[in-house]
Amino acid sequence: MEAYETYEYDVLIIGAGGAGLRAAIAAREAGCSVGMICKSLLGKAHTVMAEGGVAAALGNMTTPDGQKEPDDWKVHFVDTMKGGAFLNNWRTVEIFAKEAPERVLELEQYGAVFDRTPEGLIAQRPFGGHKYRRLNHVGDRTGLELIRTLQDKAVGVGMDVHMEVTLSRLLKDGDRVVGAFGYHRESGRFVAFRAKAVVLATGGWGRMYMYTSNSWEGTGDGVMMAYEAGAELMDMEMVQFHPTGMIWPPGMRGILVTEGVRGEGGILRNSQGERFMFKPEYMPPLYKGQFAETEEEAARWLDDKKNNRRPPELLPRDVVSRCIYKEVEAGRGSEHGGVYLDVSHRGADYIKRKLPSMYEQFHALGDVDITREPMEVYPTIHYTMGGIWADPETCATTVPGLYAAGEVAAGLHGANRLGGNSLSDILVFGKRAGEGAAAYAKTAAQGSLDEAQIAEEAQILLAPLESASGENPYKIHQELQETMQKHCMIARTEQGLLEALEKIQELQRRAQNLKVEGDRIFNPGWHAAREIRSMLRTSEVIVRCALERKESRGAQWRLDYPEKDDAFWGKHNLIAVKEADRVKITTRLLPEMPAELKALFEENK
Amino acid sequence: MDKITLRVFRGDVCEGKLVAYEVPTFPGMVVLDAIHYIQKNLDTTLACRWNCKAAKCGSCSAEIDGRPRLLCKSRIDQYPTGVITVGPMRAFPLVKDLVTDVSWNYRTAAKIPPLVPKPEVAGKPFVMQQEDVDRIQEFRKCIECFLCQNVCHIIRDHQRTDGFFGPRQMCRIGALEMHPMDALNRREQLKGDAGVGFCNITKCCTEVCPEHIHITDNAIIPLKERVADDYFDPVQGILRKIGVLKREKKQPMESVPNEQTRIHDGK
Repeated sequence: MEAYETYEYDVLIIGAGGAGLRAAIAAREAGCSVGMICKSLLGKAHTVMAEGGVAAALGNMTTPDGQKEPDDWKVHFVDTMKGGAFLNNWRTVEIFAKEAPERVLELEQYGAVFDRTPEGLIAQRPFGGHKYRRLNHVGDRTGLELIRTLQDKAVGVGMDVHMEVTLSRLLKDGDRVVGAFGYHRESGRFVAFRAKAVVLATGGWGRMYMYTSNSWEGTGDGVMMAYEAGAELMDMEMVQFHPTGMIWPPGMRGILVTEGVRGEGGILRNSQGERFMFKPEYMPPLYKGQFAETEEEAARWLDDKKNNRRPPELLPRDVVSRCIYKEVEAGRGSEHGGVYLDVSHRGADYIKRKLPSMYEQFHALGDVDITREPMEVYPTIHYTMGGIWADPETCATTVPGLYAAGEVAAGLHGANRLGGNSLSDILVFGKRAGEGAAAYAKTAAQGSLDEAQIAEEAQILLAPLESASGENPYKIHQELQETMQKHCMIARTEQGLLEALEKIQELQRRAQNLKVEGDRIFNPGWHAAREIRSMLRTSEVIVRCALERKESRGAQWRLDYPEKDDAFWGKHNLIAVKEADRVKITTRLLPEMPAELKALFEENK
Repeated sequence: MDKITLRVFRGDVCEGKLVAYEVPTFPGMVVLDAIHYIQKNLDTTLACRWNCKAAKCGSCSAEIDGRPRLLCKSRIDQYPTGVITVGPMRAFPLVKDLVTDVSWNYRTAAKIPPLVPKPEVAGKPFVMQQEDVDRIQEFRKCIECFLCQNVCHIIRDHQRTDGFFGPRQMCRIGALEMHPMDALNRREQLKGDAGVGFCNITKCCTEVCPEHIHITDNAIIPLKERVADDYFDPVQGILRKIGVLKREKKQPMESVPNEQTRIHDGK
């Protein structure tokens, strides 16, 4: 085996998005040395693409009568549980709702500059599924503000940053994770990291679908490294379809249109001009009576939020996505097969101030002036609610020494995530994971890196370069995307899922023998060869879990099981774990919510 | 036009040449789409950075027909001749093809301490009016594409990366210097290792900013003025000395611990 460098830290953080950076700050402040691994350059992680805001019940907003909106953690708790169709871990949600306001205010101390209210406080906007105005924001570029703030702060507190490092394996010493192995993209040279504790903050996986708002990084290598290391995965069938992605022109398909557009009064219409979200059959029983029932009430709500109810465009994402899907399926879609989203009635000045990057995005890339004409939108793959099971208090996974936070972890969002909750998720649990890992690192000695594991991984990595012939990883990727898009999208059936599973297994066999050209220096083809294996395994787990859950709940919509099954599936999560090289799937009873939290649902009807 | 010719720089520091590829087009196509087409169908070894493909992350900076641009924001139909030349940013050391070593920008950024809240607001929610933060929010729109650094002639032509932090970091320091709650004296650094004096206001940086930040007018010029006020204006100096002119006392730079963040570049 060729020589490789080894770096050593108390805490190794894999993933430099919001969760990883917040974990780095926490671990450093706890006195640990920190190594930070970025798949891309620092500050380019997916957090940068979040637009609408960070949800935290600061209760800064006032109604026209001068009263503060009565928002607090309890209402945020209730909204998040309802949004997640009660598949969330109640304790994770409780911690989240209680700590989110403090984490947002702390960001301001780090240097974030949020939009302000007339009183000079952080401005908050309405969003889907949130009862009150709760999204602290900076125009429509809140994610950029978050990542830059955390990046600057983390660099300020001191860490070792390794940019453009591809890690492909967690290294174990007995049953404990003690490091990771991979290579530098720039030189192709191998590198190993040894650490007392490892935090995985690698985000989600959307690239196995054809149309996604995710960047190239969302390939599931983080979640699969944890799976291979023996960690339990949960709720993997729950993949979020954001209702509004761009659909035209084709080059832009899938790019996100922030929910902030609807938060600022954006209206959805079908090709017949109907504001279809008002159709009574689209209103889920859980939300009946809580949303405006006439267009007049929805219009009044823009200026008077106290005496009018929210427009139904602000229902949770899973609901709105399904409604758009149904409208298009019924032949009432727009020219290019989506629906219309119109915010032009808010006026050009307001739109350019509140939604500047949406204006720019459609103007520069889509030839659409959103201050004058509607956008065309269709659901796009956006977020993964499922992931690595993580302890609510410390973010510990089921593998000693391994911690998980942010999108790669499961438990907070249940079957569907509310907009804005991901940004507060990464703050709250990024910090807890950093602290959890630091506490573990203080009691643990460095483990030893196993040369056999390293040699095996190096051989897997090098095989496609050394092979005389084999498949092109891009080709397999494309076939996987077509399969997932066709069979594992918004509407799922047993037959479609079985076809998908069969196709994935065929692709897995073909991916055993890949061939890429060129050398190891910044070679995207070589990179794709390792990623496709993660994507295939992740897709397999998603499809198997989607097959298993025989009901419709949140993001999982089964045409062959269209109803919710509260008696059984409402009480169970699906757990996936590697057992003798196979995916083993079991059900697990949700933890029982304490009576005082149950009572909150009565109080906040 | 259903086909274009993309001439892409291929090579490394030792040697390189433009290689022409024929790429089919579709409505709304951007240059990054053409690069992806080449990677998938013609040559899987073509190196190019990208992440979001929505002009939000600033990864895909390059030079298109010699002009610094984001590949994801450059529409094919803006180039009616059907021949487009794509090369790497030229101010930074070449790694391979369209990829350059931009790690210097991160090492420079690590020398700028983040916000230090004034003692009276430390740990408390800030009360700031929108008008007071409008101008710093402009600087915080920066997506760190480093196109401004790429065209800054102090960096590109004179290679004075030892003396000037560049336009990007002027925006960063500007946002801190003009932050109503920041306690640190940023002017020390501006005059010192950040080297604001090097800029001679040719506004090349402003011209190429994909976020349309008025880097020269709104960041660099006001910062130069503030440094001049403090260090070079004899009248203000005297007025300060005799106590006629009072300026808020800010903490010196060395009052914050200098944590060593190391940026590894993977060589």
